[in-house]
Amino acid sequence: MLDIDTWQEILDTIRANQMRSFLTAFSVAWGIFMLIILLGSGAGLSHGVAYQFRDDAINSIWVFPGQVSVPYKGLQPGRKVQLTNEDHDEIETGVNGVENVTSRFMIGGRLSVRYRDETGTFDVRSVHPGHLYIEKTIMTEGRFINPLDIKDHRKVAAIGQKVATALFKDVSPLGRDLEINGVAFKVVGLFTDEGAETEQEKIYLPISTAQRAFGGANRVGQIMMTTGEAPLAETQVMSKEIQRRLAARHTFDVEDARAVFVNNNNEQFERFVKLMAAIRMFVWIVGLGTILAGVVGVSNIMMIAVRERTREIGVRRALGATPWSIVSLILKESILITSVAGYAGMVLGIVTLEVAAGFLPKDGFFLQPEVDLGVAIQATVLLIVAGAAAGFFPARRAGRLRPVEALRNE
Amino acid sequence: MLQLEKVEKSYVMGRSRLHVLKSVDLMIDRGEMVSIMGTSGSGKSTLMNILGLLDGYDAGAYHLDGQLMKDISETRAAVCRRQWVGFVFQSFNLIPFKTAAENVALPLYYQGVSRGKRLQAARRQLERVGLLEWSEHRPSELSGGQQQRVAIARALVSRPKMLLADEPTGALDSATSLEIMRLLQEVNGEGVTVVVVTHEREVAAMTQRIIRLRDGRIENSHESPADA
Repeated sequence: MLDIDTWQEILDTIRANQMRSFLTAFSVAWGIFMLIILLGSGAGLSHGVAYQFRDDAINSIWVFPGQVSVPYKGLQPGRKVQLTNEDHDEIETGVNGVENVTSRFMIGGRLSVRYRDETGTFDVRSVHPGHLYIEKTIMTEGRFINPLDIKDHRKVAAIGQKVATALFKDVSPLGRDLEINGVAFKVVGLFTDEGAETEQEKIYLPISTAQRAFGGANRVGQIMMTTGEAPLAETQVMSKEIQRRLAARHTFDVEDARAVFVNNNNEQFERFVKLMAAIRMFVWIVGLGTILAGVVGVSNIMMIAVRERTREIGVRRALGATPWSIVSLILKESILITSVAGYAGMVLGIVTLEVAAGFLPKDGFFLQPEVDLGVAIQATVLLIVAGAAAGFFPARRAGRLRPVEALRNE
Repeated sequence: MLQLEKVEKSYVMGRSRLHVLKSVDLMIDRGEMVSIMGTSGSGKSTLMNILGLLDGYDAGAYHLDGQLMKDISETRAAVCRRQWVGFVFQSFNLIPFKTAAENVALPLYYQGVSRGKRLQAARRQLERVGLLEWSEHRPSELSGGQQQRVAIARALVSRPKMLLADEPTGALDSATSLEIMRLLQEVNGEGVTVVVVTHEREVAAMTQRIIRLRDGRIENSHESPADA
């Protein structure tokens, strides 16, 4: 089956029909090349979207205050809703399925922060312990804000890696005092964040301390929570429940969509997941279409080849070739061409993706286009099998030719 | 060597049937050199194809070296051709992209002979037909007479018992035709049965016996070349 003689014979015919062989090879290589590029682009889009979501927990609900827009119980629209600690407590204790919850109290703008002779301006957020899970903050040293800090209004702070390098240089910041707008806070933790670099320029304070120190009373700017492993439908029920409870507490219509904004990231993510699935499907359909075109091309060219070579086949038959030896000659030729061309197309596609990846911006919606080598190999094998199938019908036709008829063909 | 008894052959052409061979009886002995003559349409090519196992027949019996060749599979026919028969065609039928030596070696490829031995045997045959120095040339670089000699070398390389030549001189001038026929006579002298299909009297005159076909029947199977 695999003796050198047979391949010599096949290589001879390929060499004798260079143009035809090249066209066949090209249509195959092009098909697999396009498939690899398409699959890689699909993966690139997926990665890009995943990258955009990397900063915050995907399984979260964010509540922002708004303005009442519908008259309700004799109250005029236009009233601003102010979220409070009590809203926070009601959500934490009253809504089923809430995992970690935090509020944020905005101190307003970037604050000036000082350590001995070093000063800088940083974004200061005052939060609950649950914030750690919302922003995917990663503690590298010490600890985050804890419940006791909240309860005892402790003057402690967790600072980002960039804040530490800016203010403390080489000394370890843990246990040292920072001055924020003239109020001293002890550094208890150091963190990093996988999100944008600015996330490492933050300072976190206990919300109770900040409200007291910076005149916040019981006001909070927003409330966020993670929803654990709850499926989408359950998180939608949670959103409704939050809306209902806030409507009751602040006296606005439950249907008023602008009084508070309850953003369910689960829904957003689900939407993206569906979009990605659709893109992947689209990519596969287009890719398989391209491959199919390649296969039809191979079949077509082999068909023409058989027609062109009818007389040669007749001669071979007269010289003692069995029908099967003719079939296998044509088949092996088509398999050889598709294998070599398919492999070349695959390698070229992968190289192109690698090169393209080097030129892409590192934080866009299109990241790390790559293709699973297993998938690439499967697709190439599929193409080779299809190429063999494509060669089979012309080959069978060639095998069935009667030598007399083949010889009569001019 | 070969024996035909009441062989019938017809082709279906659309709705009509074309009766090409009508009850043909024929006997050719080992080592004979015979020619089959007839006008075009007399069925001589069909007869030749049946003798060479390139085509089947409808009724009657064909024995090749004592074995009945009837309704045999294409594969079996191929194997028999390989062992028994060498073909020479009017249009030479060399494979254009192969050199003379590769063309001559081709039948041995189908017998499973290794490449080195094949090419060696091919060169021996080319030497015998006087074309050794043309071994590495392609058919398009050879004259008609040279191409036909390559084709004869190819027909002989597998040491067949019988050589079937279908109008071997049809595409050649008379001087070259004479050369080719002399070569066939030489081959016959070595014990190979030679059957030549022709409509040229001069060609037929160089064989030992003429079988004359008319309208699918054998008119005379023992015509002496002298009478032609």
